[in-house]
Amino acid sequence: MTDSNQTQLKKTKLHAKHIALGAKMVPFAGYDMPVQYPMGVLKEHLHTREKAGLFDVSHMGQCFVTADDGTFESAARALETLVPASLQDLAPGQQRYSQLLNAQGGILDDLMITRLGFQGQTHRLYLVVNAGCKDADFVHIEANLPEGASIDYKDDVLSLLALQGPKAVDVLGQLNPAVRDMVFMSSLDIPLTQTIWAHVSRSGYTGEDGFEISVKHEDVGELTDMLLSHADVEMIGLGARDSLRLEAGLCLYGHDIDTSVSPIEAGLFWSIQKHRRSAQAGYIGAARVAADMADKTTKRLVGIKPEGRAPAREHTEIQDMDGNTIGQITSGGFGPTAGGPVAMGYVARKFTKAGTPLQLIVRGKARPAKVVKMPFAPHQYYRG
Amino acid sequence: MSIYYTEDHEWIKIEDDNATVGISPYAAKALGDVVFIELPEVGAEFAKGDEAAVVESVKAASEVYCPVGGTVIGVNGALEEAPETVNASPEGEGWFLKLTLADASELESLMDEADYKTYCESL
Repeated sequence: MTDSNQTQLKKTKLHAKHIALGAKMVPFAGYDMPVQYPMGVLKEHLHTREKAGLFDVSHMGQCFVTADDGTFESAARALETLVPASLQDLAPGQQRYSQLLNAQGGILDDLMITRLGFQGQTHRLYLVVNAGCKDADFVHIEANLPEGASIDYKDDVLSLLALQGPKAVDVLGQLNPAVRDMVFMSSLDIPLTQTIWAHVSRSGYTGEDGFEISVKHEDVGELTDMLLSHADVEMIGLGARDSLRLEAGLCLYGHDIDTSVSPIEAGLFWSIQKHRRSAQAGYIGAARVAADMADKTTKRLVGIKPEGRAPAREHTEIQDMDGNTIGQITSGGFGPTAGGPVAMGYVARKFTKAGTPLQLIVRGKARPAKVVKMPFAPHQYYRG
Repeated sequence: MSIYYTEDHEWIKIEDDNATVGISPYAAKALGDVVFIELPEVGAEFAKGDEAAVVESVKAASEVYCPVGGTVIGVNGALEEAPETVNASPEGEGWFLKLTLADASELESLMDEADYKTYCESL
């Protein structure tokens, strides 16, 4: 990468801190981001599973959707035309995972949608989308939201941190004990210091208990220093973020999901509430979701455990035991917690059963593997 | 005994007609924690620059190229169970393979220790 390219990359408000901490920086989704710190990917991964990891995810897109009439119902009804998830039933503070779909039902992006819980704000929907998709997402949402609802883009105002791991609740609980009682996929708008207000949700992208913390740009440096001053907290880069989410069986946009697959093919059936599964559910792409639910032949994303120690990386060919190509690995690597290689990929429908033997073609050699149920490392979500 | 280095950060130690090949401390550090190593079969013949082994970290796979041509007469099987040895001792117990040289004059194109040190500092 040349210097001239580097100057074109965007920087989060913590960029100088990453450099000062000795991070190795790489271009990611148009940002100059830390892929690892001096600790290294393996130890960063294990630290997050054992204690608490702090991630700068300020490159992700944050926005709000509101209705002109100022009601939650109108905002929810409007956004429900763009995503499979049911939103009108969201309680104040409740969070849901969903996807933006194109007209063919292909996945444009996956996102978190939260109904704000703070008094006077419960009519607003807060969205977090992927960094690499955010510009296109905002255009898509703006263009397709029905009359009477609008999007308010907040990247110029808000940073985002993720604090993940078994110690996360104790660390954040020292700043505001209210976070201790939060359950997975809920949020609170609370002060963390006398001057710093934050939107905190109990969620993340590691499979661990933890929080995502949205704060104003001007507060993110101070909050980061406070969290990092805790002996159990280390800064964690994108490298470990990837191995953590892979072990947790969570999809990465642009790899495991993209416009070529539907949420059903991607195994995201669970994120579509029952009454949203018909072709008449009224959102863009609903016909494809309904069709793929009925069609027992479309491909499916499954967990794959290679035997032995050799990792099978993205784009590795998957064959059945007779040597026929049946799919491709979309994410694969070494799982530090799993203690061996882990992967996910798409296979033809009849090969999705856990225990099904497969062959992975790694550097020209067929290596044995098995379809397994994900996650590879058990989820540790706090459900009360 | 003499040691030579490639621009791709492999080292090759020469003792009599035999050579031992591995990756340099610079390479081991750049790769990060090594989690898997694929070694060639004993008897495999490589030309200079052929892919001789693969080393994988959590994040990525990287090729290890044969610094000079030769025939593999031994591989470090201990790395299969303990790939982290490459990080702990890249120029010692973390060696990859042993070769008989096809043409010792190919060593002349490699860097000696002092040149390699200068080369790494320039990166």
